[in-house]
Amino acid sequence: MSAAPELPPAVQAMIGTPMYEERTEFPIEIGYVYNTCAAVQNANPIFWDEAAAREITGGPIAPPTMLSVWFRPHHWAPGAAGERTALQVHFDLKRLLDLPEAVVASNEAVFGEPVRPGDRLTTRQIVRSVGPLKRTKLGTGRFWTIDVETTNQHGEWVGTEIYTLLGYRRPDQ
Amino acid sequence: MNATVAPGITAAQIAEGQQLPALRHPVTATTIVLGALASRDWRPMHHDKDFAVERNGVKNIFINTPNNAAWFERYVTDWTGPRGRLGRLRFEMKKSVFPGDEMCFSGVVRKLSTDATGCHWVDLDLAISVDGEMRTTGFACVAVPADPSDNPWARKGDRWTP
Repeated sequence: MSAAPELPPAVQAMIGTPMYEERTEFPIEIGYVYNTCAAVQNANPIFWDEAAAREITGGPIAPPTMLSVWFRPHHWAPGAAGERTALQVHFDLKRLLDLPEAVVASNEAVFGEPVRPGDRLTTRQIVRSVGPLKRTKLGTGRFWTIDVETTNQHGEWVGTEIYTLLGYRRPDQ
Repeated sequence: MNATVAPGITAAQIAEGQQLPALRHPVTATTIVLGALASRDWRPMHHDKDFAVERNGVKNIFINTPNNAAWFERYVTDWTGPRGRLGRLRFEMKKSVFPGDEMCFSGVVRKLSTDATGCHWVDLDLAISVDGEMRTTGFACVAVPADPSDNPWARKGDRWTP
């Protein structure tokens, strides 16, 4: 956990603090499992064959790498104003640090209990570090690291995603 | 042991330095949009070429992070078989993958180990290249069965420490 000294107090206060605890907006759904497997032509029988799933994984599961899929908000929902964004702490950092552009620099995930259709998951976002201003090929910006911890409705840990992102301003901005 | 699903690879069949079979896949705009929407990633640089060019300064829409993860998962479990259980995946998208690219997946066994619970782990160095140029480098840690009667998916709680 670290913070460059010149960071605004609002950013310093975010570091290490679990934020935006939220539940998935819908129960885990097999349709997205099929969409994901079809998109990458993943023929693993545990996702397509109920007998194989029963035998190997104790029933249907979602691919572990779908962990982040389940808490991305709908693009629109009744009563919502403007575009809705996942990984809200990332967009908070962009706004607070006045860095209008961003890219994912690296991405790591650790997988626990399998996610199953019907599960309701809970996530918490934790900023682990915000680095100093740096010149990069894309522009001047900062790297930051965010953990997203996920548990299921039984309180079991199902995984943690660790995102390193670069927020930056293009040279012409 | 059952009869319905092929057992896949076991720890005894794996050696450090072993290469995974290569996988090649030609990428179209549809590949990218299918992956983005399946992962509920509605950000425009993964479906709107004008946005990708004007805002991101790249030549076209490009594969998004969670879809890249799904591709790596498929690549790893194509090799292990269905009893292979992914414990950890890390990757860096050094350069984007665009329509017209042919992704070439490669992987090599970096390390074999057995943890205190008896779980057999394989550390894999992974890569996606296009025309010999590295686009994404990755690392995966996948649990494999010790023998055909073992199943890493049966592990829970303290017996699963990825």
